[in-house]
Amino acid sequence: MNALPRTFAGLRASRTARVCVVLLALIVLAALVGPLVSPHDYQRADFDRILVPPGSGDAHVFGTDDLGRDLFVRTMLGTRITILVAVVASIVSLVIGVAYGALAGLAGGRVDALMMRFVDTLYALPFIFLVILLMVAFERNFLLIFVAIGAINWLDMARIVRGQTLSLKEREFVQAARLIGVSTPRILLRHIAPNLVGVVIVYLTLTIPQAILVESFLSFLGLGIQEPQTSLGALVDAGVNQMEGAAWMLLIPATLLAVILLCFNFLGDAMRDAVDVRGAR
Amino acid sequence: MSLLEVRDLSIRYGATDVVSGLDFDVAPGEAVGLVGASGSGKSQTALAIMGLLPRAASISGSVRLGPHELLGAPARVLDRVRPTRIAMVFQDPAQALNPYLRVGRQLVRILEQHRIARGASARQKVVEMLARVGLPDAPRQAAAWPHELSGGMRQRVMIASALLAGPELLVADEPTTALDVTVQAQILDLLESLRQDTALLLITHDLGIVAGRCERMLVLEAGRLVESGPVREVFSRPQAAGTEALLAATPAPGAAREAVAGPEVFRIEGAAVCYRPRRGPPLHAVRGVGLAVARGEIVAVVGESGAGKTSLGRAALGLVPLAAGRIVLAGSELAPLAADRSLAARRAVQLVFQDPAASLNPRLTVSDIVAEPLTVHEPGLKAAERGSRVEAALAATGLEAGFMTRYPHELSGGQAQRVAIARALILEPRVLICDEAVAALDGRARRRILGLFDTARAETGLAVIFITHDLGVAQEMAHRVLVMYLGRLAELGPAVAVLSQPLHPYTQALLAAVPRADPRDPGGRATITGEVPSPVATPAGCAFHPRCPRAEGRCAEERPAARGVAGSRVACHFAEEFLAGDAPA
Repeated sequence: MNALPRTFAGLRASRTARVCVVLLALIVLAALVGPLVSPHDYQRADFDRILVPPGSGDAHVFGTDDLGRDLFVRTMLGTRITILVAVVASIVSLVIGVAYGALAGLAGGRVDALMMRFVDTLYALPFIFLVILLMVAFERNFLLIFVAIGAINWLDMARIVRGQTLSLKEREFVQAARLIGVSTPRILLRHIAPNLVGVVIVYLTLTIPQAILVESFLSFLGLGIQEPQTSLGALVDAGVNQMEGAAWMLLIPATLLAVILLCFNFLGDAMRDAVDVRGAR
Repeated sequence: MSLLEVRDLSIRYGATDVVSGLDFDVAPGEAVGLVGASGSGKSQTALAIMGLLPRAASISGSVRLGPHELLGAPARVLDRVRPTRIAMVFQDPAQALNPYLRVGRQLVRILEQHRIARGASARQKVVEMLARVGLPDAPRQAAAWPHELSGGMRQRVMIASALLAGPELLVADEPTTALDVTVQAQILDLLESLRQDTALLLITHDLGIVAGRCERMLVLEAGRLVESGPVREVFSRPQAAGTEALLAATPAPGAAREAVAGPEVFRIEGAAVCYRPRRGPPLHAVRGVGLAVARGEIVAVVGESGAGKTSLGRAALGLVPLAAGRIVLAGSELAPLAADRSLAARRAVQLVFQDPAASLNPRLTVSDIVAEPLTVHEPGLKAAERGSRVEAALAATGLEAGFMTRYPHELSGGQAQRVAIARALILEPRVLICDEAVAALDGRARRRILGLFDTARAETGLAVIFITHDLGVAQEMAHRVLVMYLGRLAELGPAVAVLSQPLHPYTQALLAAVPRADPRDPGGRATITGEVPSPVATPAGCAFHPRCPRAEGRCAEERPAARGVAGSRVACHFAEEFLAGDAPA
């Protein structure tokens, strides 16, 4: 299992990747530590200090919102939740997608055709609609968002893993293992799974920003995280309403969201290059 | 007065020198061979001359073609020079032709682009050129798509496109490496007959081709010119060590190996393999071929692509189902599919693939790869014992213990193939099937592997079935030779007999087409025309008769049965006449 170290070695070689990793680490650190060290609380409204612009005293680094809540603490909190949602949703999609895709690819033939037609059917459903329905039908909660986003993302993962498995299955080293008499589960574990790692890691870094976007979108529509909890999407939504008087309420969370998305995207590209170089060798 | 002047040409990528300080000339009308092992920089030189190197390459020196300096020339100048004064033929015609344009159209474009001709007269010129390169029914073939043509026909089209604008210099980079040996001979003949006044820079790793086709040769080693001179002189008195190594790496035209006698270990009886695609007619890849292998014997299975050699090997291994026939190992019949065979039976028959890099899992270390068969077949083995067995198996192939922790991508082609062989031999199989196992290797690596087989033969009585398209390799390695054509046996006999007095016209043609590294007797002659027909539509009667120089009316009607002739089995009506010395002209 040397896919991981080799991928990381490739990443170290890319300056963009290094910058992205450092930026993401700083953001996560700030999101974790920020609310703890700040004198302010994320939900206490202070009607004497409504819409204070950033940097104007009282340690409101990012200013306050229309209810007088400290925007720095709220932004950091929102970042925490956004990243948490994204990571958990990606893990959900990883587990379902890899298992489903590898199974379909290995089984091949009719089973594979059936399983993939099921995926196609799900693709055809308007998912955002479905999520909105779910949100309306059930109590809005965290868990549901994770599940909903994961349920969208696993389809792509399943397709990619299935395609990769299909081609790996025909590779000569797998045939060689068959000839030696290696059992199918062992072939899967030793010969196919390790060769999937690269693709899966790459795809994972690309699903994370996707999940962030979906979460932000839902929150922006008012269907995601509910007050007084917040996420970057919900903050952007609030900011849009105050855009004319207090642009910082929109710009700060929007910029942070953009930076996080860009970092993950660049990281995904760099990972793909790192894996490709080895593949092309 | 030289046509092409290369002076102090250096090419580097980053810190890596690919070509350094190259000087040479090509005179008008001259044929010059540029030879070297893979990685010696010969293709890079060709690309530099053509102005086709990627941006990442930094180039210095000078390449002059007549009055034009080509290095660093703007696209405007290069477009005027290519292909009207200098043109190139690439190794893989499948990739050099645009799949979305009919071949005639691609050629017409060249004429129109360079304002040589247009409209009806351009089409006329193209059809004439296609006829000259030997495309049958040229007016109709001009409307064909590239994928409808065979490899040899595509390369003919490429040559037509290169010669169309009447260049003074033709650069051919391994133009026949992707082709069968008989087609290679035809293409080289064609190049020679068509180029007339055009100078030729022929780039190849095969000294045999240079011996027969070039006047002068240049030898590259690690990006440096180590030797140059008239072909005969270089061959008879090589000055540089690199040249000697290259010469030694070419299969010598020496004698074949004597047959060995021993008890039979493995037999294929009347094997037939048939692929049934979902659409279209069934493809009969193998039609009733039998082969018995003795203990300690190496049998080569030769033939052009489409002969059914690989299918025969796969059927013996149980990787594809047999449509008819049976496989017998040491007197007992094996289940037709590997999945149904006992572990012991699987253990007894092992395979080495053509591409060593693809047959090793890139995520496992060498020691894990070689140990895997043991973990399956001898699960009770202690880790330490397994380790020492692996070390011994690797040592037998000439790899030290230091290789055990390496990954496949850290190995050269020859080393990787030795790992694959160690993996196959660690189980001490009775039979080893090698599918083009040395095709990707140079002469030294090949000889090493032959030595390895010889040791295993002597020690464990290993029998080897060696599938190859290269008769030179068969001559070097095999005790007996099976020649196949379109899924059927053409000739089977002791290597000494088959390779020195072939009794089937197909074997004769294959032998004549093998280029030999000997300027006085270069071989590489095309004695048969055409290419292997599709196995879906095999000719009636003797499948070889449409290409056979000896064919008579009877051959088109009656399929010759394989029968014993002087210790060989031959499927030709005239085998006895060949034996009597009535060889065709």
